[in-house]
Amino acid sequence: MKKHSQLKISLVAVGVGFLFAFLVVIVAGRNPLNLLAAIIKSISGFNILRPNEPVTLVNTLNWLKYAVPITLTGLSVGFAYRTGLFNIGGEGQILVGGTAAAAVGLLVDLPPIIHPIVCLVAGALAGAVWGMVPGILKAYRKINEVVICIMMNYIGLYATSWFTRACLPIDPATNARTIDLKETAVLGKVFENVPSLFNWGFLVAIIGIVVFWFIMEKTTFGYSLRATGFNMEGARFAGMKVEKNVALSMMISGAFCGLAGAVLILGEFGYGRIQTSFDNFGFDGISVALVGGSNAIGILLSGLLFGLLKSASSNLQMMNIPKEVSELAQAVIIYLIAIQYVVILLLDKFHGKKDKKLISENTEKGDDQL
Amino acid sequence: MTYAIEMLNITKDFPGIRANDNVTLRVKENTVHALLGENGAGKSTIMSILFGLYQPTSGIIKVRGKEVTISNPNVANDLGIGMVHQHFKLVDCFTVTENIILGKEPTKNGIVDIKSAVKKVKELSELYGLNVDPNAKIRDITVGMQQRVEILKMLYRNADILIFDEPTAVLTPQEIHELMHIMRNLVKEGKTILLITHKLKEIKEAADECTVLRKGKYIGTVDVKTTSEQEMATMMVGRDVSFTVEKSEAQPKENILEIKDLNVKDSKGLYAVKNFSLNVHAGEILGLAGIDGNGQTELVYALTGLCKAESGQVLLKGKDILKLPIKKRLDSGMAHVPEDRHKHGLILDFTLKENFVIHCYNKPPFSKHGILQPKVIDEYADKLIEQFDVRSGQGKDTPARSMSGGNQQKAIIAREIDRSCDLLLVVQPTRGLDVGAIEYIHKRIVEERDKGRAILLVSFELDEIMNLSDRIAVIHDGELNGLVYRKDTDENELGLMMAGSIKKVEAVI
Repeated sequence: MKKHSQLKISLVAVGVGFLFAFLVVIVAGRNPLNLLAAIIKSISGFNILRPNEPVTLVNTLNWLKYAVPITLTGLSVGFAYRTGLFNIGGEGQILVGGTAAAAVGLLVDLPPIIHPIVCLVAGALAGAVWGMVPGILKAYRKINEVVICIMMNYIGLYATSWFTRACLPIDPATNARTIDLKETAVLGKVFENVPSLFNWGFLVAIIGIVVFWFIMEKTTFGYSLRATGFNMEGARFAGMKVEKNVALSMMISGAFCGLAGAVLILGEFGYGRIQTSFDNFGFDGISVALVGGSNAIGILLSGLLFGLLKSASSNLQMMNIPKEVSELAQAVIIYLIAIQYVVILLLDKFHGKKDKKLISENTEKGDDQL
Repeated sequence: MTYAIEMLNITKDFPGIRANDNVTLRVKENTVHALLGENGAGKSTIMSILFGLYQPTSGIIKVRGKEVTISNPNVANDLGIGMVHQHFKLVDCFTVTENIILGKEPTKNGIVDIKSAVKKVKELSELYGLNVDPNAKIRDITVGMQQRVEILKMLYRNADILIFDEPTAVLTPQEIHELMHIMRNLVKEGKTILLITHKLKEIKEAADECTVLRKGKYIGTVDVKTTSEQEMATMMVGRDVSFTVEKSEAQPKENILEIKDLNVKDSKGLYAVKNFSLNVHAGEILGLAGIDGNGQTELVYALTGLCKAESGQVLLKGKDILKLPIKKRLDSGMAHVPEDRHKHGLILDFTLKENFVIHCYNKPPFSKHGILQPKVIDEYADKLIEQFDVRSGQGKDTPARSMSGGNQQKAIIAREIDRSCDLLLVVQPTRGLDVGAIEYIHKRIVEERDKGRAILLVSFELDEIMNLSDRIAVIHDGELNGLVYRKDTDENELGLMMAGSIKKVEAVI
């Protein structure tokens, strides 16, 4: 059953997800053409229903803006997953990453360009520390990382809220956020005159993807991480330091989430936040990593996909389609990825005998040949 | 005599390869019919055709004299054909009965009627002398018992033509013997059995007739009683096979491995290895014999560093390695072919080439400054593949998981031998392999001895120990219960030492 590549399964899941969305729209008595128009508009800014409407960049930029943080959290989850770990602690890591970035952005004086970089590094380090705790406990004390991660999420939520109130200058007007970050620390907009918050933080996501790919596929460290993820006993047997790998992997995973938090604060908000609940970027990262098959290019593509589904909701409403439709599509995609076997069965049915031949060829070459 | 199955002139083509070439297989009713062939001879293909997984390119299948088309496994089931796979398909946390009825649950008013199922399973178990507790959980019973559950699964579905795919690969000698007995029972009760194997001993013990395939071609069908193992082996391999390993007298030199008063506890905290002392010299093969579960695993784990020893010393070339981490031990001159090649020997989801460099990936020239050097790794993999004749579908890029057992083992042996270590620790090197592969691996081990390496061979198969060893040590209940020269002992004496009836430690050098 291994013949279907992850890519194919993901594509089918996405296709079925969209198909389902169309069906729901039809059943609800709305015009499915509107859904299509909303999606196309969210990608390109071009409205197929009103071709005369001027095309602007704002839709495309908003789409990309949404994709940046979830691509980073997707990289985080994917990185841990390749080492056989489940990082569900993204929320906490984002919060501490964002708060650390805000602290550096408020309290430290640095020249432009250097300042946001230092803020990003601070965010990554904070996220790494937050990821390291479950990593070390998992590696050396065999405590399930999922439990610790969830605990760390709540510790992060309250710790950052306390820290922000106690140590950072609060905006007296709202009392619910810090004052604005120093000019020098803010990640500026890429296109000044387009009303979208799309900012230079996207470079962080692109560098993140390259780093992820390089570490995983090209370095000895990545090799030993993958070995640990596939077969921990086998890796231990070959003399790899499995415990160290587990701890380090969670740390790097945490750093990716920390970066996501920092990019949000430096690029979109421009001030430190006092949060009372999670934003779900960390949880979205799980979907992104799963659909993207936990590899760099896959995560990029699925980050763009989920970014689109998020950014489309305003266009959907404008075109008289409930925005829940995009959430429905997301849910269907995630379900299908979770129950991959159904997709595989569907593919088998669809391809019929042509595929059977392929299986037999593979088995023949693999299992049956000395 | 009627035939339960006739597969006439079956040819099966896959793109680029003819897996079965005009193969004819005729199985008489109420017999055990063996299908013999090396890995890759086309046994699995022809069985998959019979079971409806593939369609033959040409040829006719008849079941009980009637021509049939088996388009999928459900058709095979309806025809009363059942298959026990090599790797069991059982749910660990379900009971025996729950596993057996899975997919065919008897219901009463819409609720699973487990009581009547238990009763039926019990009856079947008694009828065929399987002795399975229907309420035991799968995870609590032995591998041998699990296999019987698979057999019961088929019987529960009223199969009367039973296909066993390499059933003994995972069993202990004791369990193998019992399985053969069960097969005879099944035949006595009117079933027909098709046994796929490459173990001649088992065929001799259980089968009535034997069909031999080689490289996809039909070689012949013989009567097992009147055909010797040697003749069958020749038919299978296509040349004369020697069951005994040719080797010269050992020339033991200096001490390489010294184990002194080693004590090791098992996972339950009981002493599994007790005051164990043993020396292995350069240029000799020391075979460690013993019945499975007498402390061999713990001893090997303690030597390689997978588990901690309580007390004692292990000297490798005079240096105590007992406190060193695994990597340091390997680097100080130990190569190891582990017992469990799937769990320890390979990363199954890695490709073959990735598996080859598992010990040296972080050393030059395979990596520079922490970055892998794909070109060097590729060349190295090609070299090992050629030198050790490792065969696989996509060469060095084949996922280890999709390789045959024999080639997986060859890959591990290639990797370990190529490390040129002074000590080679080999555990169960030929488990589940066919005659050709066994012969090859034995030859390589003797070659390593002649190069002056010290070899500690741990095996549960007495034949292997007898064939390869220069000296034989026997472990019983964690203690050294025998140490003799190969030439001064025989199977009988070793058996008594393995059972703990006599103790004889004399070949100390």
